[in-house]
Amino acid sequence: MDFIISKFNYWIYIVLMMIGFYAMISKSNLVKKLVGMNIFQTAIILFFISIGSKKGATIPIIQDSHVDAVNSALYMNPLPHVLMLTAIVVMVSTFGVAVALLIMIYRKYKTLEEDEILQILRNEKWPNTH
Amino acid sequence: MEIISSIKPLLAVIVSLIAAFLILLTGERARNLREFWTILASVIKFTIVFSMVSPIREGKVIEYTVISISPGLSLQFRADALGILFALTASFLWIITSFYSIGYMRSLNERAQTRYFACFAIALSATMGVAFSANLFTTFLFYEIITLSTYPLVAHKETPEAIRGARIYLTYLLGTSIAFLLLAIFMTYTVAGTLDFSDNGILIDTTAMGVSDTFLTITFILFMAGIAKAAMMPLHSWLPAAMVAPTPVSALLHAVVVVKAGVFVVVKVVIHIFGIDLLTKLGLGTALAYFSSFTIIIASIIALKQDNLKRMLAFSTISQLSYIILGAALLKPSSMVGGIIHITNHAFSKITLFFCAGSIYVSAHKTEISQLSGIGKKMPWTMAAFFIGSLSMIGVPPTAGFISKWYLAVGSMEAKEIPILVVLLFSSVLNAAYFLPITYKAFFEKENHTDHHEEVKEIPVVVIPLVITAIISILVGIYPDYFLTLAKEVIR
Amino acid sequence: MAEHSLILIIVIPLMASCFNILLGLFRRGFCYPLVIATLSLCVILSIFIMDGVINNGVIHYRLGGWAPPWGIEYVVDHLNAFVMTIISFISLFVAVYSKRSVEAELPGRTVYFYTVFLLLVTGLLGITVTGDVFNLYVFLEITSLAGYALIAIGRDKALLASFNYLIMGTIGACFYLLGVGYLYIATGSLNMADLGRLLPDLYHSKVVLVAFAFFAVGVAIKMALFPLHVWLPDAYTYAPSTVSALAASTMTKVGVYVMIRIMFTVFKPNFSAEMLPVTEILGWVASGAMIFGCILAIAQTDVKRMLSYILIAEVGYIVIGVSVTNRMGFTGALLHILFDAFMMACLFMVAGVVMHKTGKTSIHGFRQLHRRMPITMAAFTIAALSVIGVPPTAGFFSKWYLVLGAIYARKWIFAGMLLLSSLLAVVAFFRVIENIYFAPSCHAHDRVGQEGIVRDEAPLSMLVPLLTMAAGILILGFFSGKIVSAVIQFTVPEGF
Repeated sequence: MDFIISKFNYWIYIVLMMIGFYAMISKSNLVKKLVGMNIFQTAIILFFISIGSKKGATIPIIQDSHVDAVNSALYMNPLPHVLMLTAIVVMVSTFGVAVALLIMIYRKYKTLEEDEILQILRNEKWPNTH
Repeated sequence: MEIISSIKPLLAVIVSLIAAFLILLTGERARNLREFWTILASVIKFTIVFSMVSPIREGKVIEYTVISISPGLSLQFRADALGILFALTASFLWIITSFYSIGYMRSLNERAQTRYFACFAIALSATMGVAFSANLFTTFLFYEIITLSTYPLVAHKETPEAIRGARIYLTYLLGTSIAFLLLAIFMTYTVAGTLDFSDNGILIDTTAMGVSDTFLTITFILFMAGIAKAAMMPLHSWLPAAMVAPTPVSALLHAVVVVKAGVFVVVKVVIHIFGIDLLTKLGLGTALAYFSSFTIIIASIIALKQDNLKRMLAFSTISQLSYIILGAALLKPSSMVGGIIHITNHAFSKITLFFCAGSIYVSAHKTEISQLSGIGKKMPWTMAAFFIGSLSMIGVPPTAGFISKWYLAVGSMEAKEIPILVVLLFSSVLNAAYFLPITYKAFFEKENHTDHHEEVKEIPVVVIPLVITAIISILVGIYPDYFLTLAKEVIR
Repeated sequence: MAEHSLILIIVIPLMASCFNILLGLFRRGFCYPLVIATLSLCVILSIFIMDGVINNGVIHYRLGGWAPPWGIEYVVDHLNAFVMTIISFISLFVAVYSKRSVEAELPGRTVYFYTVFLLLVTGLLGITVTGDVFNLYVFLEITSLAGYALIAIGRDKALLASFNYLIMGTIGACFYLLGVGYLYIATGSLNMADLGRLLPDLYHSKVVLVAFAFFAVGVAIKMALFPLHVWLPDAYTYAPSTVSALAASTMTKVGVYVMIRIMFTVFKPNFSAEMLPVTEILGWVASGAMIFGCILAIAQTDVKRMLSYILIAEVGYIVIGVSVTNRMGFTGALLHILFDAFMMACLFMVAGVVMHKTGKTSIHGFRQLHRRMPITMAAFTIAALSVIGVPPTAGFFSKWYLVLGAIYARKWIFAGMLLLSSLLAVVAFFRVIENIYFAPSCHAHDRVGQEGIVRDEAPLSMLVPLLTMAAGILILGFFSGKIVSAVIQFTVPEGF
């Protein structure tokens, strides 16, 4: 029990990630897949944010600039947070591309269910079999 | 052994490659010019090869390194007695076949003649490459080019039957060479550290280095299985399948160039990779000898049952090729000479027989043996040549076949392998049993009413080549010294 | 100057891509020359960098002047320079080739196409210069995003294929990112060289093991390593011909490059030997890729799709060379990266030409095409023979090193697999070649006469890059020894 509680941030990220993963793999609705992907990515952001934090530490803005030696235990690690800024940009662009794709798919097939689209494609390929 | 460095082997290879390029460039528009390239290239090639004969007869070796790619891989030529014997035969027969081809293709008004002549030229280039290769890599390279350049020739007619034949052809030749031959080359390289042919065999020292006999045996088996061009049973089926090709292809390529390249590589592997001593020690020579004896007998028996003339000749080729392998496998000087000399002797005789089959097809449109009754009266030259070729196959003096059989028989005595001697004799009987009835049928049987020979006439441009090769088959039998000196040079 | 060329090779295509869209609003015809000029510049820069690396050793560039391991550092050694040169060369030739096919397949959208095209090249080149694992992630995603967009503009199922690729690609990228996170937890560093120094003491840490596992899966998805290849065939089949040619020849290769970097620079060769049977697993996975890729290729009726499966097998070849962890195998893998880039570019370009001329790429559509386009089909045959590994084409020489690598590692089974997959490739390719040269034409009226079929060769802008690739395949093999001694021998990780 202690194992779970003391590392609760990891457990949350794992659970979130699995939820997202499940949605991406098993849902046939493309929007749901996309939502799953977003949850998946958010889980990773959470993971990175949480590894930068420390108990009793504050935001890494050093006010006393004359102090030469900084006690790093007093400040959170800013690097993972900064990394996540970049990662969020990447993820937003991925999301953007994905949504654009979905719009085009919807315009073309008038549906966002993967199996229906596949059915339509099959009928297109063999139009005169029946 | 004196080594001369000369670019001549490379020139012999390249000359017909250039010709192939010119042929493709000329195309169907100027047929005479296109055929001129073929003839010119064949004559130049023969001249180059011939100019190399006299130094080699004196015991010298001509070497030329084109490019050294990386350790173990270098494109290198080395013309020795064995190579020159093969190259001389092939390049000389190419001249004759070129004339024959032109006559054959034009009188049948065949399609895609440009591709035909171009592929033919490339195949001859690659043959010179195999003949003059100084290491296994060069051999393998040209071996594969032979396969690929003759594949379009087998599929030439583009009928479903031809495509199927070509498919079998490719599966056997390319398949075995990649699966077995290449693997064997890799194994050789891993233990020997080199691929260059050497006089005593490059694997001779490996047993001292701790390479197990099993490893060497497996390598040898892989070599033999990989060289399917030698048409040893059970990897022979591609040769009958390749008979869908036009007859000049069957004549030069599938009786001389391709198959002889196969047995040539076998002999090279026996002498220069493993070496006679190692094979004797491992007992693999005797095993190979019995294996090839099996092929000799079985192929002859199958040939007995064939009605299609070209198929019968194909099985006869399979049987005769194994003579050469047998000669090498007995590992005795006389048998070696017999095997090597048979490369040349069989070439002249078998090409005669194929030319005859082609001539019959062009003039009378007959392909089956049963249709040949009485055809000798209409086509006396052709059938006379066929008779001479048959005699040589059986090994009747004074034809060429007798010389090689004599040496093989002596070799088998030297090796104290009496069963092999019996095999040789029995196979001669079988050869007689399937060749002589054809001549009898052609000259002495009355023609059937269903077969119309009335309008049959021999075409000079087709008949002259086959008469020439028939005469040479006899001349080689009467004056065997020229080739014998070369053959003896190999095992010296 | 030499160190600035590292940043220039990314900035130039990136800027050109932005500039391209502005220029396109003004004059559409300017885009193509701009792309060619940009990529030519990249080629020159990459040769310059390669020259610098060969003569003066590794080149470093500190982004913004921050010293590593805190700042992002661009590092180019022989391996980077090798892959970078391949990418810039291939993308230049694909760009030259693209003119007619883009005009035909994407009328009115050429401006956007070239913008994204340049972004893709930027991403690919970025991956090869960076020495920072997180920066690599960013470039990986730039490449992939550009790839999704380019694939989506293809025909038929392209949209759906692209979306599936996006989902799979994102999973791969996220796994990679997780790997970065775990390594950061363990070491507090993101610089590859720094990680390489810090990690060996931590090999027994579970965190490091997990990081490696995430990296492996993430990169395997990106480079379509069997059995994580499922996104690839659809994506490359329906993508526009130009995109298939570029993506097939470069994107998977860059994936392999990332794998090599992670396995041998970030982690060291002894990691796989001591901790996990990574190389063993990788070898078997790669064997699976070779065999199944070729078998599935045989089962296809569409040539582009068949080539996609061949590509999966080719990735297997490269990975098997890496997996045997010896000098020979590694050399073979790198040679195969080079040769396979040429082969795949050539084959997909031919498929593009056929698409351009006949509107379809089914195997039956190839019937008797040698009459219409003899030169193109000759190029196809050369590339096909190279994939099979027939000398003297380049494919034989890389396979030579690969098989020897497997044998030296005492992995006879892998050597057998390599040869077996060559045999399967024979079947796959000769199905097409037979159709090209010998099969009777599918239309009865075509048989009327040989003169009835008009010579209808591909336009020069397609033919020249295509023939360059084919010539490369024929010639490069003979220089493999030189390439190895000049570049590749320095890329082999220590301890091989």
